Amino acid sequence: MKYFRLVWKNVWRKKIRTSLTILSVLVAFLLFALLSALGYAFKAGVDVADAERLVVIDKISLINPIPMSYQNRIASTPGVQSVTHASWFGGFYQEPRNQFGQFPVNPENYFDMYPEFNIPPEQLEAFKNNRTGAVVGQELATTYGWKVGDRIPIQATIWTKADGGRTWDFVLEGIFSTDDPRGSSALMLFHYDYFEEARAFGKGTVGWYVLRVANGADPVQVANAIDLQFANSPNETETSTEAAFAQSFTSQFGNIALIVTMILAAVFFTLLLVSGNTMSQSVRERISELAVLKTLGFTDRTVLGIVLSESILIMMMGGLLGLGLGWLVVQGLSKQMAAFLPGVFLSPGAMGGAVAIMIGAGILAGIFPAVKAMRLSIIDALSRA
Amino acid sequence: MRGPKQIFAVTWLNLRNLPQRIGSSVVAVIGVAAVVLVFAAVLSMAKGFERTMISAGSDDTAIIMRSGSTSELNSGLSNEQALIIAESPGVLKDGDAPVMSAELYVVVDVKKKSTGTDANVPFRGVQSGAFDVRKNVSLADGRMFEPGKNEFIVGRSAQQEFAGLETGSTIRFGQTEWSVVGSFEAGGSVSESELWTDVRVLQGAYRRGNGFQSVRVKLQSEASLSELEAALEADPRINPDVMSEKEYYSGQAAPISQFIKLVGYPLTILMAIGAVFGALNSMYSSVSVRGKEIATLRALGFGPLSILVSTMIESTILALVGGLLGGAIAYLAFNGFQVSTLNGATFSQVVFDFAVTPDLLIDGLKAALIIGAFGGLFPAIRAARLPVAQALREL
Amino acid sequence: MSEILARLEGVSRTYKKGKESVAVLNELDLEIPQGDFLAIMGPSGSGKTTLLNLLGGLDKPTSGKVIVGDDELSSMSNSQLSSWRSSHVGFIFQFYNLLPVLNAHRNVELPLLLTDFSSKERAERASIALDIVGLAERAKHYPRELSGGQEQRVAIARAIVSDPSLLLCDEPTGDLDRDTADEILRLLQVLNRDHGKTIIMVTHDAQAAEYAKRTLHCDKGTLEAKEAA
Repeated sequence: MKYFRLVWKNVWRKKIRTSLTILSVLVAFLLFALLSALGYAFKAGVDVADAERLVVIDKISLINPIPMSYQNRIASTPGVQSVTHASWFGGFYQEPRNQFGQFPVNPENYFDMYPEFNIPPEQLEAFKNNRTGAVVGQELATTYGWKVGDRIPIQATIWTKADGGRTWDFVLEGIFSTDDPRGSSALMLFHYDYFEEARAFGKGTVGWYVLRVANGADPVQVANAIDLQFANSPNETETSTEAAFAQSFTSQFGNIALIVTMILAAVFFTLLLVSGNTMSQSVRERISELAVLKTLGFTDRTVLGIVLSESILIMMMGGLLGLGLGWLVVQGLSKQMAAFLPGVFLSPGAMGGAVAIMIGAGILAGIFPAVKAMRLSIIDALSRA
Repeated sequence: MRGPKQIFAVTWLNLRNLPQRIGSSVVAVIGVAAVVLVFAAVLSMAKGFERTMISAGSDDTAIIMRSGSTSELNSGLSNEQALIIAESPGVLKDGDAPVMSAELYVVVDVKKKSTGTDANVPFRGVQSGAFDVRKNVSLADGRMFEPGKNEFIVGRSAQQEFAGLETGSTIRFGQTEWSVVGSFEAGGSVSESELWTDVRVLQGAYRRGNGFQSVRVKLQSEASLSELEAALEADPRINPDVMSEKEYYSGQAAPISQFIKLVGYPLTILMAIGAVFGALNSMYSSVSVRGKEIATLRALGFGPLSILVSTMIESTILALVGGLLGGAIAYLAFNGFQVSTLNGATFSQVVFDFAVTPDLLIDGLKAALIIGAFGGLFPAIRAARLPVAQALREL
Repeated sequence: MSEILARLEGVSRTYKKGKESVAVLNELDLEIPQGDFLAIMGPSGSGKTTLLNLLGGLDKPTSGKVIVGDDELSSMSNSQLSSWRSSHVGFIFQFYNLLPVLNAHRNVELPLLLTDFSSKERAERASIALDIVGLAERAKHYPRELSGGQEQRVAIARAIVSDPSLLLCDEPTGDLDRDTADEILRLLQVLNRDHGKTIIMVTHDAQAAEYAKRTLHCDKGTLEAKEAA
C-alpha cells in the first residue's frame, strides 16, 4: 500500500493518454454490463425455475392443447403432490403491440403452485369470487397504469367467443409481485372456467399442466411415470422440469449467448491492445526512472509489481466506472422494458465476473511491459539516459 | 498553389515514419476494425432475417386469414370459406380453376443440429396450388409427396438446420410416422424453414377436420388486392383479413429485425466512442513523437494548415485501413452463416443466413471515417499549434 | 589510517562487444578507508563509472572481489544486492534522476519505502534529510519547479535519507554552473566531515576534485594515485 502514491502518480503521468485509456475501458465494461443484463433476461426463466415443479406439455408441440381429462390422472400419479394448469391466451391490450402473457388458470390453486408470487389475501379472495376477475403482475400494472377495480378489455387473436366476439372483458381484482428480483411478473391471470365456457372452440382442453413433486419423490421418475401413462394415446405428453422447459424455450431464440460472447470477445481483445499499448508506451518513456528505482534498492519483483499495479489500476478505474454506469442504465432499462423483456438484470455474478476480467485484463495488458521493466539492466538503462 | 503540395509533402513525411510508432497505429487500426466487424456482424443478422422473410412474399399473392389473427397460427377458416375465397373476384384463374392453396399450419418439435434441443418447426399442409401461388419454389431432390400418404418434403434450410430430416429418412411426430421424400428450394426464403405435406393428410393427423388456417391466392394483378378485399368484406359468410403476402411477411420480420437493430446501433455507437479514444490516443502519441519534426517543418516555413491536414489524413488512413479490415473479416466470417430463431408471430423457427451486404459494408466504412475524423481532429489542432521554439528546445 | 570501508581485490571487468571482449578494469586493487572523500578522474571510457557501479553493487566483476563493509558484493545475488543497496549506499547522478511525478519530499522518501518505517517516521526522516541539504522549504515542489542545483540537493537528500555509510557520485556537478557546483561540492564536504559519510566521486572536473581528500587517476583500467593538494 505504501507504493500506492507512486503507482497513482505514474498512472497520471500523461493525463490525456490515461484518460482516453480509462474511457475506452469504461465503454467496454458498460457494454459488458448491458449485454450481460440482456443475456440474463434470455435465461432468467431457467435461473428462477423451481426444481420441484414439473411442466406437462403435448409431445408434438407446446402449442397443441391437452385434454382437461388428464388432470385427475396426473394428480393420482405417485409422487405428485398437487397439480394445476394454464393455457395460452395470446391476446393484446388496445393495440397489437401491447402483448404480454395472459393465462386462463384455476384460481383456486394456481397461487399455491407459485409461492414466489405474493398477492394480498383479500385480493386473492376477491379474484376467486369473481368469475370475470383477473390479476396482473406489478410490472404490468405499472406499465399500463392499472388499478384494482379497473375494467380491462383484452382483444383475442386466437380465442373468439362463442357469440363471435373478440373482446374479453375482465375486472382487475388484484396485483401480485414476486420476491425474486430476477423473476418476472409481467403476466395476467384469469378464470379458466370463464374462458372455457365462453370460447368458440377447443373446449375440454388446457395448454399445459404444472405439478409439484411430493417431498422425497424423484422428479425424473415422476416425469417418466406421467409420460408412460399417456404413451400411445392421441395426446402423448412430455414432462420436464421447469428449468428444462424454460431452457428449451430460450434456446429456440437461437444462440444468443454465443453472439453476445463473440461481441464481448472482440471488444475485450481491442481493449487489451489499447491498454497494453498505453502501458508499453508508459514503460518505454521512463526506462531511466525505473533504473533509478532499482539503483535505490527496489527489487526486480517490486518494479514488476509497480508496473502491473498501474495497469490493473487503470483497468479498475475504467471498469468500475463502466460497470457503475451500466448498472444505472440497466436499472432504468429494466423498468421500461419490464412488460416486453422481463428479467433484464445485472446479476452479482456478472459483476463479480466483470471485476475478475478487470484484474485479468490489467495483468495481461501490463505483463509484457512489466516484465520488460523487471528485466531492465540498470547500467544499460542509465547509460542510455 | 503551394497548399496541396505542402500538405502532400508533410503527409508523406508522416506516413514515412509510421513504422516508428507502429504499436499505437496498429491499436488504432484494430480498434476501428473491431467496430466495423461488430457493426457488420450484428446488422447482417437483421439484414439476413429481413431478406429471408421478405423474399418469401410477393405483391401479387394475397393471403387471407380469419379477422384479428396476427398470424396463420392463430387463424382458422372452414372449407366452405376457402371455397368462397377461391371464387372471389380478383383471383387469377388457370382455365377454370383458381390459382390458390388453402393451407394448414402446425408446429412440430424437431431437434436443432447445433444444440440438440427441441425447436418449433413449422409443418405446413398445402394443396397442389402451393407451387403456383409461390413462384420460386422448386423440388431440389427426391420426389414430391403423394397425396393421402404420410409423406412430406422439407425446405432446404430446415434440412440443414434440424436433425433427422434427410431425404429418405423417417421421423415420428406424436403417433404418426412420416417419410421425408424430398427437399425443396424457395430462393432462401422463409418457406425453406418449413416442412410441407398434403393438407388433407395433415388435417387428419392433427384432427382438424376439414378446416384450414389460411388461403393463398394468386391475384390477377397487384391492383386486384383491393377488389378481392372489398368482395370478401361484403360477404357475410366470412370475416377475413386480406393482405398481400409481402405485407404479411414484412410485418413478421419487423419485431425481430427491429430488436436486432435496437441492440446493434447503440452497441456500434458505444464501440465507436471507444474506438475514437483509441484513435485519439494513437494520434496524440503520433504528434508527440513527431514534435521535433513538426517544429522543424514549421521553422522551415511550412504552414500550420498543412500540419493539421496531414495529421487528419494520417488518422483517416488508419481508420480506413481498420474499416476495410473489419469489413473483410465480417464478410469472410459471417456472410452466409446460417442460424435459426423463433418467429414470435408464428411461434416457429425461421432459418436464415447472415447477410453482410454492400450497403452494410459502406455504412461500416462511413463509421470508420467518422471515427478517423474525430480521432484526428484534436491531435491535429495540437500539432498545428505546437509552439515551434519550445518544441525545438525540448528535443 | 582508520578502518577500511571498501576494498577491491584483483578486480577485472570485461564487456563483450560483439565477438570481442573489452577489458575495462584490469586486476585492480583498491582500499578505501572509512571517512574518505575520494575523487576519481580520467578520460571517458577509462572505467571510472564501471568502478563506481561495482562499488555500488550495480555491476559484478568478471573476476576478483568487491568488499564493502562486511559484505562481499561479488558473491551476492541480484535481489540481495537490491536490498543491500537500499541501506548501505547512496547514489548521486549527473542528471539528478529524480522522478518527475513526485514532489521533492516524496522523492527523498522513496528509498524509505523499502524499509519497515511507518509513514510518520518516513516523513520525519525525509524532512531531516531535506533540512540537511538546505531545501526544507522546497519540500512540496516538483522537480520541474526546481533549479538544477536544487534538484541535485534533493538527489543528495534522497541518497542520505536511509543513512548509508557510502555515497557514490557520478559527475555530480557535470550539469551545473561553477557557483552551483561549488555549493554542491561544499555540501558533500559537510556530509563527509560532519556526518561521517565516505564519498567516492567520479568527475572530469579538476576543480571539483580539489574538494576531495585525495584523487586517483583512472586510465586504461588501472589507477594511479595522485595526492590531493
